[in-house]
Amino acid sequence: MAENIATIFQWLIFLGVAFTSIIASLLVITRKNTIHSALFLVLTFLCVAVLYLLLYSQFIAIIQVVVYAGAIVMLIVFVIMLLDLEQELRSGLKLFYSKVIGGLLAVLFLFGIIYSVVAKSPTGKMGSYTPDKVSANVKAVGEMLFTQYLFPFEIVSVLLVAAIVGAVILSKKRT
Amino acid sequence: MKIPEIDLYLIAPEIIITAFGFLVLLLDVFLPKEERKGYLGIISLIGIVVAFLFTLPQMRSVKSGFEGMFISDGYALFFKITFLIIAFLTVLISIGYTQREGIAFGEYYALILFATLGMMLMAAGTHLIIIFLGLETMSISIYILAGMMREDKRSVEAALKYFLLGAFATGFLLYGIALIYGATGSFHLKDIASYIATKNLLRSPMLLMSLVFLTIGFGFKIASVPFHMWTPDVYEGAPTSITAFMATGVKAAGFSALIRVFFSALPAFRPDWTSIMWVICVATMTLGNIVAISQTNIKRMLAYSSIAHAGYILVAFVAGNDLGTSGILFYLMAYAFMNIGAFTVVILLGKKGEENTLISDYAGIGFKYPLLAASMTIFLLSMAGIPPLGGFMAKFYVFSAAVKSKFYWLAILGVLNSAVSVYYYLRVTVLMYFRESEREITGLQFAPASVIALILTVIGTLYMGIFPANVLSLAQRSIAGLM
Repeated sequence: MAENIATIFQWLIFLGVAFTSIIASLLVITRKNTIHSALFLVLTFLCVAVLYLLLYSQFIAIIQVVVYAGAIVMLIVFVIMLLDLEQELRSGLKLFYSKVIGGLLAVLFLFGIIYSVVAKSPTGKMGSYTPDKVSANVKAVGEMLFTQYLFPFEIVSVLLVAAIVGAVILSKKRT
Repeated sequence: MKIPEIDLYLIAPEIIITAFGFLVLLLDVFLPKEERKGYLGIISLIGIVVAFLFTLPQMRSVKSGFEGMFISDGYALFFKITFLIIAFLTVLISIGYTQREGIAFGEYYALILFATLGMMLMAAGTHLIIIFLGLETMSISIYILAGMMREDKRSVEAALKYFLLGAFATGFLLYGIALIYGATGSFHLKDIASYIATKNLLRSPMLLMSLVFLTIGFGFKIASVPFHMWTPDVYEGAPTSITAFMATGVKAAGFSALIRVFFSALPAFRPDWTSIMWVICVATMTLGNIVAISQTNIKRMLAYSSIAHAGYILVAFVAGNDLGTSGILFYLMAYAFMNIGAFTVVILLGKKGEENTLISDYAGIGFKYPLLAASMTIFLLSMAGIPPLGGFMAKFYVFSAAVKSKFYWLAILGVLNSAVSVYYYLRVTVLMYFRESEREITGLQFAPASVIALILTVIGTLYMGIFPANVLSLAQRSIAGLM
């Protein structure tokens, strides 16, 4: 009985999140205000992160929030603020061709997904959810990072220092 | 949980370079006065020499470590020596130049050291992740260094152009690596090769695509046609010392990773990449040389000439035999001396606010600055491939490798291209000695460190031309076990 309730609860969460993400992604492409679009993009990413959680993929969920909802949308908002798109839109920017091409691409991708799910059964273990076994994947990734991939991990630290030093030296006030 | 074996001695040169990079960064804070910043350059030089001293004794044995991700074999060590020489000369010419242009920050030297670290990892990595991270460490440092002269619009343009296109090329490279992983399930170069051989994946579309993507990614770094578009603008805009570093170091590092990945992970695809590289090679040589003829700016001319040189080196890559590979190592070392030397002359001939980078500015300097003109002549003739200079021996090995592997047309086209190149190299020499100067160049200040670099590069160019056997035999011993 309790298990049943858990399954139903999961389904409810899934339905809620899935529909929210679809509505949010529709809002992303229909809003006139670009900042609103960006914020709805964050909502979409968060919903997808919840979907990953339902699939027992905590690591991807965390990465989704940190990298996409955090860093990438930050960049997008930053660029919007720098570019002043409002003015470009007022000056009569025609998006007809990009709409046609974008629409065609979207339909193409949709068919691709349908094909790969329906016609060509996905490889790997089948089932409604990823098995709980891999649910410790954050731990697994961490372990790999500090044992087998210790050396690359250390190189990344130097790489990041170089990038930060660069950001400072290129932007700080020079006397 | 298994803790991997950590062999710090194996990566001692890398550790030293990194440590000195951080040391320079830290000391920068405690050396506030602008005129004392020259010390940072000297500390970097010490770091490079110490790393060099730790690299040499490793020559005796081949050792692999960090779960087979890192190898210290002759090939890696030869390249490390080349990179350290390049870094040493770059820092030497930077000391005077950065003070003149007002970019003598500690970060400048630290980033050169970090870029050197990235290059060393590219040569020594036997794991695609290491090679990729090395490439990124190098590239990011260079993007920043290219844009150091913020007040100069061309420098900013150079940094932005190099960064955007470079990031794009990195994407291709990473996609290629991901496809290789998808097809073979490994990042280790040897495992990839053996998996391809046992499963007979020669016609796997995934691997063929990855081959294309890797060619694009590395082709960008070595500035081969058609991935060369950024080269002239970036070389022209970047600080001249960094241009020298890019033209020699980044190119050498790109080749080191290209050869390692293609020869040890994808040898089964040799017929495929030979045909791609043949076309790229001929296009690179021809375009580089022909466009160089019409240049009026010496930095742009040297940029196109560096594209042409990438083409000559690709001749040996296509040949793919032992002579060719050792010829590439020899070529890159000789090219480092003559190219950094040429850029040193370009630096010495400029002063604050007046760079004198037009080729017409070189008119008549043969009388005013005879030693400067003489060394420039040596470097240019060496690049043109005239004996008894290093460039001639390098080209000789490269083209004979092509003949040995029966790529006669490639050798013929290479020699023809080399003949074309003589025109624009000699033109500068003729201007220097046989033309009156239209505009007086006065008040040049020769920084002592740059003069030392000039002397070292002249000696290096002459040495590699007159006694090539020493370096060549070292190169030949280095590539044992790679092929």
